[in-house]
Amino acid sequence: MEPRAKISVRGLNFFYADQQALFDNNIDMAENSATAIIGPSGCGKSTHLRVYNRIYEVHRNQHATGQVLLDGRDILSDSQDIIELRRKVGMIFQKPTPFPMSVFENVAYGLKLHYKLSKTDLEMRVEQALRSAALWKEVKDLLQRPGTALSGGQQQRLCIARAIAVQPEVILMDEPTSALDPMATAKIEDLIASLKQNYTIVIVTHNMQQAARVSDYTAFFYEGHIVEFGPTEKIFTKPRKKQTQDYITGRFG
Amino acid sequence: MNLRSTNGRKIADLLIKLMAGGSAALGILTLGWILYSVGAHGIRAFDWAFFTELPAPPGLEGGGLANAIVGTLLITVIATLLGVPIGIMAGTYLSEFGEGSKLAVMIRFFSNVLMGIPSIIIGIFVYTIMVRPTGHFSGYAGAVALGIIMLPVVARTAEDMLAMVPNSLKEAALALGAPRWKVTLQVIFRAARAGLITGSLLAVARISGETAPLLFTALNSPYWVISLNQPTPNLTVTIFNYAMSPYPDWQRKAWGASLLIMISVLVLSVGVRAVMRGKR
Repeated sequence: MEPRAKISVRGLNFFYADQQALFDNNIDMAENSATAIIGPSGCGKSTHLRVYNRIYEVHRNQHATGQVLLDGRDILSDSQDIIELRRKVGMIFQKPTPFPMSVFENVAYGLKLHYKLSKTDLEMRVEQALRSAALWKEVKDLLQRPGTALSGGQQQRLCIARAIAVQPEVILMDEPTSALDPMATAKIEDLIASLKQNYTIVIVTHNMQQAARVSDYTAFFYEGHIVEFGPTEKIFTKPRKKQTQDYITGRFG
Repeated sequence: MNLRSTNGRKIADLLIKLMAGGSAALGILTLGWILYSVGAHGIRAFDWAFFTELPAPPGLEGGGLANAIVGTLLITVIATLLGVPIGIMAGTYLSEFGEGSKLAVMIRFFSNVLMGIPSIIIGIFVYTIMVRPTGHFSGYAGAVALGIIMLPVVARTAEDMLAMVPNSLKEAALALGAPRWKVTLQVIFRAARAGLITGSLLAVARISGETAPLLFTALNSPYWVISLNQPTPNLTVTIFNYAMSPYPDWQRKAWGASLLIMISVLVLSVGVRAVMRGKR
């Protein structure tokens, strides 16, 4: 049975001022699965990801055309409530981004933004989020310590806890382990494996082994085009396009 | 192939070292000399009366500068309340909202010009807009003049400090669904807090020695501060008046006031360092 598409991208083009970075991207992201986006530096992986929560709008002179349908609704339309979109679509960045506040406050920040909660409910939800991010055991006695005092790997899991606390439906990850050591990376990868049962995960990665390990589907980007997209196993064992094969066998990129 | 002699280079190296070291020593020596002479003269003026009593009438011994100490404190506090919030807001606009806008370029330019304007001109400006229309000197006018001097200093450091907050932190907060103003107030300000406090303290230090703008605005007074809506006693103008007076006791008091200002600036600078260290 075909899985349901959580996100459907139709004819997406993206521009940095006059320079086009994405060309007619079409792709479906399956619900409750992990999709990896791979490709050489500058191929538009992150640019593509940053359209899904419209975070690119922070910067001037960047714009997108085409359609990105989240559950069938075009999130690029003017009527899309940007705050509601970002509650549904969380994001994890390359470098951990703990806010300059306590561990507890970090996770509570998004919760307080979107929900009216009593103190006990808030505490409960923070604990739940930290548990889901496999961080609770390590920080349960450090909740009042600054988030920046944690190790890099813990900081990244704190950011994941912060993102899932607001109960998103999609989690975008932009090279989430590129700043981490192998041990911390392994923990994040385990976490992705468990999170994808409840969330739709889209992960941009430079690391092809990582894509092979964590994702169900893989999209290969090259120069702003989606060259090939399919089940991860197929992309890595029987790629249809020569460019894909060259890239995954390390001949370029 | 013949190797070049290294002697020439060694001599040049030594010369440069001597010149750089000598210049550094000269600077530090001058500073030490100033600190020493202000300290040695000033400390003799320090007694209980200096901090608690009104000035003695001309030619008489005794009395103190309590009124000027209070006046300077009040003027500085009001100047800070004016200069710091407006300066920080201006810096926030430049760093967070003015990206690529013509208005931001203009504000930055005028802010730099304002920073370069001699303080006496700002004093005359406030004189024409506040003292002339009301017909009398006032502590408020002095505070406004000092606040204007603080403005570009605070705005500049605030802009620099806010720009140093990593973009990714901003994006992370926005990606959680926080509106722009909340991101600025709750995340970016907090991340830049040490820098913002430092900039404000440095601006206070910057105005603590200003005399010229106060000559045209607060003027001075030998009485207690009853209202800031009249000539207001302050330390710097007192130094200016007393140092040029023929009375040895007044001259001694001028040294004392100088030492007091110097100590305050020193305390502020140490405070700044403590804040910056606390950041790490």
